[in-house]
Amino acid sequence: MNTNSNVYTIIYASVMVIIVAFVLAFVSSSLKETQDLNVRLDTKKQILASLNIRDTKDVAAKYTEIVKDNLMQEDGTLVEVPAEDFSSEYNTQILDKKYHVFVCTLDGGTKYIFPVYGAGLWGPIWGYIALNSDKKSVFGVYFGNEGETPGLGAEISTLPFQERFDNKKVMKNGQVALGVQKNAPQDDYLVDGVSGGTITSKGVNSMLKACLSNYLPFLNK
Amino acid sequence: MSQLFSKKNKEVFANPLSINNPITVQVLGICSALAVTAKLEPAIVMGLSVTVITAFSNVIISLLRKTIPNRIRIIVQLVVVAALVTIVSEILKAFAYDVSVQLSVYVGLIITNCILMGRLEAFAMQNAPWESFLDGLGNGLGYAKILFIIAFFREILGSGSIFNYNFVDALHLKDFGYLNNGLMILPPMALVVCGCIIWYQRSRNKELQEK
Repeated sequence: MNTNSNVYTIIYASVMVIIVAFVLAFVSSSLKETQDLNVRLDTKKQILASLNIRDTKDVAAKYTEIVKDNLMQEDGTLVEVPAEDFSSEYNTQILDKKYHVFVCTLDGGTKYIFPVYGAGLWGPIWGYIALNSDKKSVFGVYFGNEGETPGLGAEISTLPFQERFDNKKVMKNGQVALGVQKNAPQDDYLVDGVSGGTITSKGVNSMLKACLSNYLPFLNK
Repeated sequence: MSQLFSKKNKEVFANPLSINNPITVQVLGICSALAVTAKLEPAIVMGLSVTVITAFSNVIISLLRKTIPNRIRIIVQLVVVAALVTIVSEILKAFAYDVSVQLSVYVGLIITNCILMGRLEAFAMQNAPWESFLDGLGNGLGYAKILFIIAFFREILGSGSIFNYNFVDALHLKDFGYLNNGLMILPPMALVVCGCIIWYQRSRNKELQEK
């Protein structure tokens, strides 16, 4: 058979594309449910990670036990959201002006978790910032990234970077002062950035300032 | 059985590990070698992913080689690679979510890796599936080996750690005035380290030296 004829080439390409499309569609739709479940579980895991709970076996049970989802109203009051409305898009909901606050009961008292969302170097970055009950100091943080450079920008998702935030102060004169800076001075508000990940670090800085500022009505109450 | 591991087949597998290494001799796949070698862990993950994908896409293309129309062969190769990578990534997302999160960046890098296309075009299009499988495996591992060496030096000198174990802090070297070389974690130094490996390899191998 002449594999170089036009007809053969066109038929070959069409058949190949149809087969590949069918296989990919089949794989994608048959695995969709399991994947969604994983994504939801992962969101819960990330929220718990901001509370420095990183090695729970049963993430879902622990989450239900200690975390309550709330929506902040314009005047800074919180309204509880039913648990079955759990979504894995708390971070992007900030863009729609839906400000979630997770109220958590731990042994050490109440903690508040704020989702944040911003831009890194290659793609979106997000995180959860847990504050102590005084709403002024950091209890723990979690940062996630989609496509930051491994070993450089992606270091924001590692424990050594996130631990730098512990016990930092958030508010200064009623404004958000918590941030990331290159060669940060030894003060209560700023955290040292990642070497080689300057743009990602700056992204984290503006993400913290921009997103936490949305919560000022609640933070200043 | 003896035919499966004949001398020629052994060479097909072993050459890419040494005198026909995809990175140091063929100079393919340099882009990803620079991108992911700041730390050992991502370098190893990337090396293994490329090995698996090269081996299997080689087999598939080798099985199809007699039917592929010459004029669209590159497109066919690309479709096979992209489909394979997408399927693997979907399966990982469903059954090994943590691994898939770690791999997310690499998926795109694997598809564009020059080694894959190079091996499909240069080897799998002319050879039988078993040889192609060995060739893919050998080239993947040859790639992984160089990534490991580069990442090893970059992590030690740049971050002062091995597999994220920070020995500089553990030994209190900073008290003696030791500083990590920040330049090492930037991509240009990966090229310099890679160049040093090529230099070493060429000076040891007469066959690789140009007259």
